[in-house]
Amino acid sequence: MQINIILAGVGGQGILTIAAVIDHAALQSGLTVRQAEVHGMSQRGGAVQSHLRISDREIYSDLIAEGTANLILSVEPLEALRYLPFLAPDGRIVTSTDSFINMEGYPTMEQIFDELHRTNHPVLVNAAELAREAGSIRTSNMVMLGAAAPFIGIAAETLEASIEKLFQAKGADIAAMNIRAFRTGQALSQLQATPT
Amino acid sequence: MKQLLLGAEAIALGALDAGISGVYAYPGTPSTEITEYIQKNKGDCEQPVHSTWSVNEKTAYEAALGMSYAGRRSLVCMKHVGLNVAADAFINSAITGVNGGLVVAVADDPSMHSSQNEQDSRVYGKFAMVPVIEPASQQELYDAVRYAFDFSESIKLPVLLRLTTRLAHSRAGVESAVSAVSRIQKTLNALYAPERFVLMPHNARRQYNNLLGMQDKLEEDSENSWLNRLLPGTGTIGVLAFGIAFNYVMEVREAFGLDYPVLKVGHYPLPRKKIDALFNSCDTILVAEEGYPVYEELLRGYFGNTHIKGRLDGTLPRAGELNADSVALALGLAKKEVIPVPAIMVNRPPELCKGCGHRDLYEALNTVMSSHEQHHVFSDIGCYTLGALAPYNAIHTCVDMGASITMAKGAADAGLRPAVAVIGDSTFTHSGMTGLLDAINDHSPLTVIIADNDTTAMTGGQNSSANGSRLLDICRGLGVEDAHLRAIIPLKSHLAENIAVLMEEISWEGVSVVIAQRECIETAARKKRNPAAKA
Ligand SMILES: Cc1ncc(C[n+]2csc(CCOP(=O)(O)OP(=O)(O)O)c2C)c(N)n1
Repeated sequence: MQINIILAGVGGQGILTIAAVIDHAALQSGLTVRQAEVHGMSQRGGAVQSHLRISDREIYSDLIAEGTANLILSVEPLEALRYLPFLAPDGRIVTSTDSFINMEGYPTMEQIFDELHRTNHPVLVNAAELAREAGSIRTSNMVMLGAAAPFIGIAAETLEASIEKLFQAKGADIAAMNIRAFRTGQALSQLQATPT
Repeated sequence: MKQLLLGAEAIALGALDAGISGVYAYPGTPSTEITEYIQKNKGDCEQPVHSTWSVNEKTAYEAALGMSYAGRRSLVCMKHVGLNVAADAFINSAITGVNGGLVVAVADDPSMHSSQNEQDSRVYGKFAMVPVIEPASQQELYDAVRYAFDFSESIKLPVLLRLTTRLAHSRAGVESAVSAVSRIQKTLNALYAPERFVLMPHNARRQYNNLLGMQDKLEEDSENSWLNRLLPGTGTIGVLAFGIAFNYVMEVREAFGLDYPVLKVGHYPLPRKKIDALFNSCDTILVAEEGYPVYEELLRGYFGNTHIKGRLDGTLPRAGELNADSVALALGLAKKEVIPVPAIMVNRPPELCKGCGHRDLYEALNTVMSSHEQHHVFSDIGCYTLGALAPYNAIHTCVDMGASITMAKGAADAGLRPAVAVIGDSTFTHSGMTGLLDAINDHSPLTVIIADNDTTAMTGGQNSSANGSRLLDICRGLGVEDAHLRAIIPLKSHLAENIAVLMEEISWEGVSVVIAQRECIETAARKKRNPAAKA
């Protein structure tokens, strides 16, 4: 088993929290993990990405090769498209539809949706709205993780246990809210995803 | 159980487990997390470990050398360009040698993710004639740091540990070998050896000869190092893979079910016998180096060995990081068809945070400069460098830390009016103060604006060496006249006042300093979330 995931977003959106949950769950499942992240200059509102690799064998490269990502998980719709050359032919995009516009020339949402729909059954998530329903806009990353859960190769219960573990320091109610958000995302994804 | 650690953190844990008495460093991406990990986790140790930030890389290096002189183990960390700043100390410490183990961890940044260049620190290792260690994985980093301390003590030389961004900032499971409570530091044992440490010519010549005499032994050590190993294989093409280039070579080997022989090198000087063996068994050698083609050039020679492929003949790209794709192409595998980036894609460059004081400073400065015919602003490295981008386009140079003041001074000497420099607080104490003294001694007409946000923001908010009133005191002490040493608060509500102050000082024909004082909004927010944590 080997899963390659590209996490995408804008500096400050907190994709590394998503990565931390997956990393923890993968280690708990006895898998090998490599996760390359971006620190420094681009964290200031620039495009950021993390290459996350999970395997039951040794992993050599910290970076994912082009055309081999099983999943692009993006918390911003345009950012999902930036890494398309990495997507495997049967790979999936799971992206938030909440745009973050801090530059000139941002395309229209229609153009972005057109491009997303050229890929294999993209899962499009109104993350902010679902997060608010779960209790706080701040849980939108866990909504996104929930939506991506069917494609990560790790049992949903294990992912939930890792959310519990990583959020417990902030209080039981915060942890519960994030799990609620995770489940909301998961439910939406099951509704949208056509099995391949 | 394995801990998930960044490569940088694996170095830190290895150093703590090796019993260091101190880490000395100045922040710099991608090396910063080494020291930060030690700052957060040194409490587990029974004995104290020094870990506060140094003013710059040179002071850090010299303090580490002093700790080694006193018989204890020390780690010194910096980014690649930091070694330029510490180079004088580094090169000369190879001549004196060390006492307690001294490991110099230098993080290079090929592809320039957060840097001005992609210089390769292995060149410095060769230049200083000390061993260089270049591990390929997080676990290897952990093991190699502990090995490097023992090795440094046995050969009495500093050991350079080179890594690159990709390994520094990538996480993997790391198994540690020592429990925190059983870490043992060396006892104080200051070395009385003026014949080694007083580098007057008569001593220096002898010490240099000793260093030259050691080179054969260092090569022998490389030959036997666990970091250098041959993976046998078949076929006429062999791969010589240095540092993390090994990972990409192995990724391709596994993914395509290939079986070429690979010599992994992670310990320099070159293990000559192992290299000879690889070259003798293959017709063609691909040399894969993460960084400059340092050893490819050497192996190729002046007249060119046509059996060698690599970065110099275009088989691999001449610049930037390697990856599995570039290595696959270099090995003759056909390029995959991939989905292109759609034409609607636009860049998303980094920007100053909303609400950042640097924004208000640039708004005021732009108004003032637009009233001058010449509106060059010399600047420096930090978050405020983002003022070079739209919408401000407010600064026009960024070369090396501290250069804003000295370049503005040179331009003023050449007749440029006004001559204006913008520099951050941490950059000012790093290497701006000395340049200001030059300007004062020469009465150069120059305005220095210090953007004092009370932290080293660009690298993640580390403590700066001097802020607030201490910065004013430093400037006064250097000789800036009180009447031309001004403090402003970069806030929208102070815009008119700030424009007036800058206008006055920029038109004054002498050295003036304007300090813009306002805390970084990121560190302020962090303090609010976690009042106990000191920024
Ligand atoms: C020689 C050298 N060391 C370290 C760095 C990494 N670095 C870039 S900017 C910076 C600090 C900036 O702090 P400051 O001047 O206070 O500006 P701020 O980011 O807070 O605005 C550092 C350490 C570098 N580029 N060069």
